[in-house]
Amino acid sequence: MIAFENVAYSYGGGELLSEVSLRLAPGSFHFLTGPSGAGKSTLLKLCYAELLPTAGHITLFDRDVHGLDRDEVAMLRRRMGVVHQDCQFLDHLPLTTNLTLPAAVSGRQAEAADLKDLLGWVGLSRLGDALPPQLSGGERQRAALARAVIMSPDVVLADEPTGNLDWDMSLRLLTLLVELNKMGKTILVATHDLNLIRAAKQQVPARVLRISKRRLQLAGADL
Amino acid sequence: MKFSAITDILRGDKQADRVVPPSGHTAWLTSFTAAAMTFLAVFALALSLATGRLADRWGDALAHSATVRISAPTGQLDAQTRAVLDVLATTPGIARARAMEDAEQRALLEPWFGPDLPLDALPIPRLIEVTESREGYDSEGLRQRLAAEAPGAVLDDHTRWRRPLAVAAGRLRLLGVTSILLIGGAMAAMITLAANASLAANSQVIRVLRLVGARDAYIVRAFVRRFTLRALAGSVVGAVLGMIGVAFLPAADMAGGFLTGLGFQGSGWLWPFLLPPLAAMVAFFATRFAAFRKLKELT
Repeated sequence: MIAFENVAYSYGGGELLSEVSLRLAPGSFHFLTGPSGAGKSTLLKLCYAELLPTAGHITLFDRDVHGLDRDEVAMLRRRMGVVHQDCQFLDHLPLTTNLTLPAAVSGRQAEAADLKDLLGWVGLSRLGDALPPQLSGGERQRAALARAVIMSPDVVLADEPTGNLDWDMSLRLLTLLVELNKMGKTILVATHDLNLIRAAKQQVPARVLRISKRRLQLAGADL
Repeated sequence: MKFSAITDILRGDKQADRVVPPSGHTAWLTSFTAAAMTFLAVFALALSLATGRLADRWGDALAHSATVRISAPTGQLDAQTRAVLDVLATTPGIARARAMEDAEQRALLEPWFGPDLPLDALPIPRLIEVTESREGYDSEGLRQRLAAEAPGAVLDDHTRWRRPLAVAAGRLRLLGVTSILLIGGAMAAMITLAANASLAANSQVIRVLRLVGARDAYIVRAFVRRFTLRALAGSVVGAVLGMIGVAFLPAADMAGGFLTGLGFQGSGWLWPFLLPPLAAMVAFFATRFAAFRKLKELT
């Protein structure tokens, strides 16, 4: 589904990632961890082709990212749901419109019943008409997750989804991600929260990847 | 560019229309620019059409008339006048010829010499007004016959008047057309700048749309439709105001003939209605060009 082969990424003369090889199989659950500035967000951006590798090959859904034009990248992103650390929304539009954006840009109409179910699933049923700036941090994170999955994507990529949440809210979001994984979705979560990873491993057979000294390592044993 | 891009603009997309925040200074800037430029374009169009009419009028009036001027001693003036009229009467292509009365000549000279002109005391040449028939006459042959019959007669077929007038009218018309083109170019440049500012101000919107899988065409359409409609609305206002302005220009008699014909006449009033669709088209292409270029820079 997503495969990295000896990928490197450099910027401004410095190499941030080096010799990264990775394969996300369908239905797998991966955590990506490492210290701040290690390159977790960069690796995620490489996963949805916002950045291109400076060396090596990345294959998304059997397509080499170097051969994709801008429209093809857009089409591939429709098969992915991305939850950003800073939860980017269109602040002038109500939550329901924000959640249905992926459907709208694909030329599809989101069913009202599906939208209601989705809002209920993330616990935001009462906030459908609210504007994003009116939501709390936790509500924004859950809304971002709802938007990420509305098109039933094959892969969900989450960058520090519990970054500013308290523990209860973090567990609630984790539960949603686990539910998605049980539905067959491939999940990759970048986080530095080891407690969250431990809690997840009690529910799903998650693999833990660590970025250390520019390289990606399997780091499940010490958690 | 696909034809569907234009039909998409006309059809609209309620959801796509909403993704760009409605407020911002670029909104009124675009409408104001379109209104101001169309207002000026209406006047440029009026100038262009008026100069065209003037050129035709001057050309027609001078092309079908000529003057024979007879400068002779007082004793020979009447005889030469009769001889000239005889020659003209037998010349093919001359429809009518008549000697101008003293009162008419005095009226012609009055603006320069005043009302008390002593016409009898001055050696003023006699003027014969000649009107051509449709097929015209042989001016060189007529000159030779006049030289033989009336040595003081000189044929003026108005060529030396007509040519500079036609050139001047042509230049004025060119000036009007050039003004319209410059106005269109300036409007395109201003709308491009406004679109660029709007795209830069909405980079967060573009980032979100790209993140959820929007293709460039979708994003561009949202911006292009907004700018095209704003330009169209502004241009309609500018065109209406411009037409009102032209309608209230001083009438020819009020301005002493100087502004004769300036403005629209008859079906000419329909021409300004072409300006709003043209302005919308300019906005469409300018915004589309700016949006695609900006998108390549942003993501």
